[in-house]
Amino acid sequence: MSLLQIQNGHLIDPANAIDAIHDLWVEDGRVVAVGAFDRAADQTIDASGKIVCPGLIDMHVHLREPGQEWKEDIESGSRAAVAGGVTSICCMPNTGPHIDHAGVARQIIERARQVGLCNVHPIGAVTKNLEGKELTEMRELTRAGCVAFSDDGMPIWHAGVMRKALEYSASFGYMVIQHAEEKQLTKGGAINEGWVSTQLGVAGMPAVGEDSMIARDIMLTALSDARYHVAHISTAGAVDLVRSARARGLKVTTEAAPHHFALTEDEVLGYNADAKMSPPLRTEADRQAVIEGLRDGTIEVIATDHAPHHEDDKRCGLSCAAFGIVGLETMLPVSLDLVRAGVLSMSDLIAKMTSNPARLLGLNAGTLSVGAEADVVIFDTGAEWVLDRNRMVSKGKNTPWHGKTMTGRVSHTLKAGRVVFAEGEIID
Amino acid sequence: MRPLKHLFGIADVDREQIEYLVNLGHSFIDVNRRAIKKAPTLRGKTVINLFFENSTRTRTSFEIAGKRLSADVINISASTSATSKGESLLDTGMTLAAMQPHVLVIRHSLAGTCQLLADYLPDTALVNAGDGAHEHPTQVLTDLLTMKQSWGSPEGKVITIVGDISHSRVARSHLLAAKKLGYTVRLVAPKTLLPSQVERYGCEVYHDFDAAIPGSDALYMLRIQTERLTDNCAFPSVREYHEAYGLNGKRLRAAGSDCMVMHPGPMNRGVEIATDVADSVQSHILSQVEHGVAVRMAVLTALCGGAGEEE
Repeated sequence: MSLLQIQNGHLIDPANAIDAIHDLWVEDGRVVAVGAFDRAADQTIDASGKIVCPGLIDMHVHLREPGQEWKEDIESGSRAAVAGGVTSICCMPNTGPHIDHAGVARQIIERARQVGLCNVHPIGAVTKNLEGKELTEMRELTRAGCVAFSDDGMPIWHAGVMRKALEYSASFGYMVIQHAEEKQLTKGGAINEGWVSTQLGVAGMPAVGEDSMIARDIMLTALSDARYHVAHISTAGAVDLVRSARARGLKVTTEAAPHHFALTEDEVLGYNADAKMSPPLRTEADRQAVIEGLRDGTIEVIATDHAPHHEDDKRCGLSCAAFGIVGLETMLPVSLDLVRAGVLSMSDLIAKMTSNPARLLGLNAGTLSVGAEADVVIFDTGAEWVLDRNRMVSKGKNTPWHGKTMTGRVSHTLKAGRVVFAEGEIID
Repeated sequence: MRPLKHLFGIADVDREQIEYLVNLGHSFIDVNRRAIKKAPTLRGKTVINLFFENSTRTRTSFEIAGKRLSADVINISASTSATSKGESLLDTGMTLAAMQPHVLVIRHSLAGTCQLLADYLPDTALVNAGDGAHEHPTQVLTDLLTMKQSWGSPEGKVITIVGDISHSRVARSHLLAAKKLGYTVRLVAPKTLLPSQVERYGCEVYHDFDAAIPGSDALYMLRIQTERLTDNCAFPSVREYHEAYGLNGKRLRAAGSDCMVMHPGPMNRGVEIATDVADSVQSHILSQVEHGVAVRMAVLTALCGGAGEEE
């Protein structure tokens, strides 16, 4: 088999505390050496001046297949992922049918294998039909490949069901990921409740809708010694709640989406439906709190909540437009702003998109240890490019960054040693 | 003056444009009182009134305004539930625009209706006749004309708006106009009917109606929607609402004999306003209706090329 040498790159592998110029050697789909090697390469990639790190993991993605393939499917989502340097994704269960049966999970994994561009790990539903009433067969779902549980988009409102979900999933070592939103407080809301919603005359979703459910869930997590993960944390109050729960030693973790640390509610002024998602873009104070949570380690993971929608679902006015934006192709450049702003070291940033989610989910990914599957991303931190939604790989064109200059660009993505994305082209 | 291409809201017009429209409206009052109520100003122009929400006065007001200026006026009433038919709104708008009207007057429950349509209807002048809880600019121009008749200028005056501020597009347009024209808005409502951070408009906020009355130059009563009772527990009963926030004779006496009583209509007599107050000499409610036609004539004239100007 051929030996690949990725030369002269700045190798960052947080799991192994590597942060230096090293060559990376890949053979038979695996990392065979870091640094010097005793054989000559058959093939080389010059990574001079670039960062070489483990392929990114995005633990919060909506692939829409099965059921809404006009928005995205496993193939288009996989292509978008590798174009963004992402080699492992966790897909949320709000498909049609939902991922509440092992068969659906197996089907998704099988389809992703056929596509062969990136790993797809399903997140199983917590409750049947995402109805918040009866638990799914969680053990069976994990055997089919599910790596965590969530009713994403449909918050588990019933405290009794949530308690049982936390207890039962923890019995097998898995966490419950909650989209925390008290719907009685957010009903009818489209954007953050505050000065912007007042000016636009659009119903808002108050921050307390997120905070109050997280507060309750943390208490239930303490009661059950369970594992609780807050999806797409967006408010200052929620960051404080998670920080204090972790200080008490509870198994509470969270992720932040790039849009929540890069943008504020001001983006929706002018009724911009491409800046509408749930939880919504919040205030500058909330954005700063999310950044502080990333800095101090309260927020261990960056995940995009990639939510592709068809244009028709967005161009019907802010109040009725679908929630969600795409994220796979903008995750890296937007997140690099945290390094440029001095919030995180490059290694800490990469850990939040590789080794940290791998550890939380038990994924065999997110590192370049010798012997590991060679999922690798090579990127140029300084390359500037203008995002054109029409040139995005995802079927979803719903991004608030259309026409904006991005800094940082993926040059190569390798999946199990195979180059699947190089210089702007996907190699199927 | 900056030419007017659309009228989305008070947010998008400056003081000069507002005063121009109010003054032009003022000049149309006399036309409306003549025996022959017709001017040739908009001959050959097509105005479509596209109303997705029930409205008698605003739609009729626009219709009369267009007809008295000799425009061809077409009325379309389309029913739609809240915000669910947004896509058909866009299709309806594009379809009508393809018929080459000069002006499309739109009322819809969706905040930002004009902003949504404008991207797809580049050649049609759009007038916002009320979009959700966002803006209702022609109502506020109407009110400004009514105030002009009594006061000359609203500058330095205190207008006290009472009722469901949360859902009121009229209140929002007044809050924006107040800043541009130098009058003060006092808002009176329980916290359940006030939108988040509304004080950032620079207004005064009261929960006690009686405390807000002294110093008010106008008491502006908003229609209370009784659905709010069941929808979101905004207030417990009509009876309690009328006690706390209704304008009755006693409160009017406290306000003094110079205080104007206003209401954008339609009124709920016995709820936000007592019948004797609505029919009192201090009530300007029917003047508002009359001025509404004049102001809408001004808006249509300005959008179709301005008085005496060629396109």
